[in-house]
Amino acid sequence: MVPALALEDITVTFVSRDGARYTAIKGTTLQVAPGEFVSVVGPTGCGKSTLLNVAVGLLQPSAGRIRVFGEALAGLNRKAGYLFQTEALMPWRTALDNVTAGLEFRGVERGAAARQASAWLQRVGLGGFGARYPHQLSGGMRKRVALAQTLILDPEIILMDEPFSALDIQTRQLMENELLELWSANRKSVVFITHDLEEAISLSDRVVVLSAGPEAHPIGEFDIDLPRPRDVAEIRLAPRFMELHSLIWRAMKDEVLKSYAQQQKQQ
Amino acid sequence: MRSSRSSNKAALRFWQVVLFIVLLAIWHVATSPTLLPPFYFDNPHKAAFFFGEPLKVLARTWDWFSSGTIYPHLWVTLLETMLAFVIGTALGLAVGLWLALSPVASALLDPYIKALNSMPRVILAPIFAVWFGLDIASKVALGVTLVFFIVFFNVYQGVREVSYTVLANARILGASERQLLRHVYVPSAMSWVFASLHNSVGLAFVGAVVGEYLGSSRGVGYLILQAEGTFDINSVFAGILVLTAFALLLDWVVSLAESRLLVWQPRGGETEKM
Repeated sequence: MVPALALEDITVTFVSRDGARYTAIKGTTLQVAPGEFVSVVGPTGCGKSTLLNVAVGLLQPSAGRIRVFGEALAGLNRKAGYLFQTEALMPWRTALDNVTAGLEFRGVERGAAARQASAWLQRVGLGGFGARYPHQLSGGMRKRVALAQTLILDPEIILMDEPFSALDIQTRQLMENELLELWSANRKSVVFITHDLEEAISLSDRVVVLSAGPEAHPIGEFDIDLPRPRDVAEIRLAPRFMELHSLIWRAMKDEVLKSYAQQQKQQ
Repeated sequence: MRSSRSSNKAALRFWQVVLFIVLLAIWHVATSPTLLPPFYFDNPHKAAFFFGEPLKVLARTWDWFSSGTIYPHLWVTLLETMLAFVIGTALGLAVGLWLALSPVASALLDPYIKALNSMPRVILAPIFAVWFGLDIASKVALGVTLVFFIVFFNVYQGVREVSYTVLANARILGASERQLLRHVYVPSAMSWVFASLHNSVGLAFVGAVVGEYLGSSRGVGYLILQAEGTFDINSVFAGILVLTAFALLLDWVVSLAESRLLVWQPRGGETEKM
């Protein structure tokens, strides 16, 4: 089967203005099957976001190839939706207009776009909030709008960069469950970046562990054989969850310590 | 809580009015030829000659409005202000967007922009009078040069400050370069333009009045110039009074427009967090 997204031997080297080089990612290969939910975990600063920016085409890799459903990627990845870690909604548009944005850019007629968008707002639990501006919504609500904004375009690949990391734990688990529900209704390929191992395990089919930067690369892949549908709060208590957690944590621990030591050195 | 705040506000308004009346009273007492003995000037009428008399200033203002002689002048001044404001804003917006999105043009023109902005542009008024005549065109041109730079710098800044994430998100959602301009750059720049609206309307007004003052046949600036020519100090003050009142009025209209158009911007205490 042709993978939905294939990163082949990706290396990303940043060159700063004073000529200093920093290789964030080195020789990374990652494949995501259609309909597969893959999480990438790793210590902070290991280049997880960089990897995602390469996958969506915002960043050109220094070496390596990206294939989307078998075709080499040139420019922006038109098959992908992207959920940002930070605020990405247009603050001058209402929630509804933010959700219609993608359709509008594609030339969908206004009325039809608005109808679709309000259906999506209903689906993410924001039925009555279409007329609100982003600043009038809570952090969790803004994430829901962003989710609707991305999913309304029905992308084949959904890239998520620590989308829930700024939310409090209850809101976060709520959002994780909603994400799983939306995803199982219409299975797309997902690459979910997080530094939270529990979040990664409870959501994914597969967890990829990245080494500490610089020159980050995958150091382990784990299939998550937990049954679906899952409740992210309950599944954390399952014995198999804990087994997987300690297994992956063992692989991750050295890298986390390494990254921590590097941060100490820099200070 | 609310009622105490609104009564505070009413009290504040009351004292502001009282202060205004007190200032007028001092002015009146100090300039009236009969109320006080002349303590500075040798002639009791000299104070009134130099500083005017508030009652006469108000009477003159009333005269202008009741007889209707002020209206054509006021209309010309306001028309010049509006034209200068609209043309200056449109030009500033267009050039600001162009330069902010075109690094080459921006680098090339940078010293010229800086030079033009540093130049005291009011001295262009005589040149504009030569180019455009003594009618409203020369005043509008002066106002435009004043408004343009304020809007231009704000648009330039606004485009530069567009959030990278918002921009990247719009791109990924499928926006073309044109759509980015219309749906991201312009709205972002507009918030900066509105922030400078008070300044630019004020300067458009300054451009109109100064232009009239330097040479014209109509307008409130012209009225003041005429009154000065005949040492009619009360009319000068009446002209200043009318200009101030209308500047305040314009400012109020701008505030109104601002609150209608910038509903999407958070204000203190309005944001809710979970």
